[in-house]
Amino acid sequence: MAKQKSVIKEHILLPEHVKLTDKEKEAVLKHYGIAQRQLPKIFKNDAAIAELDAKPGDIIKIIRNSPTAGQTIFYRGVTDV
Amino acid sequence: MVTIQKEYLNALPKKVIDDLKKELPKDISEKKLQKILDECVATYESMKVDPGESVGLVSAESIGEPGTQMTLNTFHFAGVAEMNVTTGLPRIIEILDGRKEISTPMMDIYLAEPYSKGEDIKKIALQIKETKLKDVASEIFINIADSAIEITLDRSAMKAAGITDAHITKALSGAKAVAAKLSGDALNVKAKSKDLSINDLYKLKEKVRVVHLSGVKGISQVLPVKRDDEYIIITAGSNLMDVLGLPYVNPKKTVTNNIHEVSEVLGIEAARQATINEVFKVIESQGLNVDIRHIMLVVDTMTASGEIKGITRYGVVSEKASVLARASFETPIKHVLNAALIGERDELASVVENVMLNQPIPAGTGLPQLMVKAQGK
Repeated sequence: MAKQKSVIKEHILLPEHVKLTDKEKEAVLKHYGIAQRQLPKIFKNDAAIAELDAKPGDIIKIIRNSPTAGQTIFYRGVTDV
Repeated sequence: MVTIQKEYLNALPKKVIDDLKKELPKDISEKKLQKILDECVATYESMKVDPGESVGLVSAESIGEPGTQMTLNTFHFAGVAEMNVTTGLPRIIEILDGRKEISTPMMDIYLAEPYSKGEDIKKIALQIKETKLKDVASEIFINIADSAIEITLDRSAMKAAGITDAHITKALSGAKAVAAKLSGDALNVKAKSKDLSINDLYKLKEKVRVVHLSGVKGISQVLPVKRDDEYIIITAGSNLMDVLGLPYVNPKKTVTNNIHEVSEVLGIEAARQATINEVFKVIESQGLNVDIRHIMLVVDTMTASGEIKGITRYGVVSEKASVLARASFETPIKHVLNAALIGERDELASVVENVMLNQPIPAGTGLPQLMVKAQGK
């Protein structure tokens, strides 16, 4: 299991997940003019953020590969299950 | 390679930037570049969807209209011999409903070097395929007098599957309720409790039949094929977690068509990507032309809650805030009654409920509201 987790980080289906700092978090929410709970959600025990030590209230930045735009940025708010 | 200023990198999508870098001549003057980039940004901004545009409606029509031409055949051969694959409309329904049990789970297992070049591929395929006791038995019958199950082993089947006597005795020694004895080709499985009813004995036999001997659980069929320059193994049955852990598998490229499994093993974002791929694969295989953005919108809706929710009354529709909107989809009486019982409020903030009440809808030109800024005293 321990080995598997490090391997799946490079899976073709899996985009890069980054945890935002408090400052970046504020900037994102201000840019979209929304509250944290209005973001799309990601569960705190999601396999992709197991190593990011994310707590409810955090925001995860996801760098997706897009067939139309090349690369897009998406945000998800961490929630309890 | 032209260098593009930082302010434009955020204003334009990566693909446009990459295309510009490729197409623009190297010795372009600063002024010209600036002009081209400004033009690009202006065009890009004008191409964006307007606020209030009913994108969901456009997606629904764009997927629905070509969908009428999709084959209604449940099963057909997807180019690979001896394997049934659900495609066409039934598969689309299955994916968008977010079903947990799909009708034909499949995996594409990519192999690590040097196995991807075809080395030992048959052996690996056999190692992945799940072998149960019934697969290596030529005969299984119940001996009522001794309350035992007598199994005759099929030596050639055992050899083909790479099963030895040790495998069988080890697998059966794990079970507490039975004592197994192997002599030659005859395997005798006896229940430890003496007086079993014939019914219990029959149940025991069914359990013994499916005792797991080797391979990956859930993989019922394997088929090595060559895709592009690589040998891969296509399987019927799916078990992403266990297969990714195998040493001879390339865990970066191996995928399954079971989106719930992807969600569990790789997370919701990977599941989103897998869902888009699966839907697009079906649409493409039917020779239809649907822009991938429509599919992305639908799948984003399905995965917005952090888990896969189908487009059903139990899935995304149940998340709607408005009672009337939920009631307008399916089972209206249930929703209206429940709302009445708990005293639910409807803010009439969305489209359907306003249509029901014959009011202007908050979409398109109906979206902007008049705001007055109070000034002075």
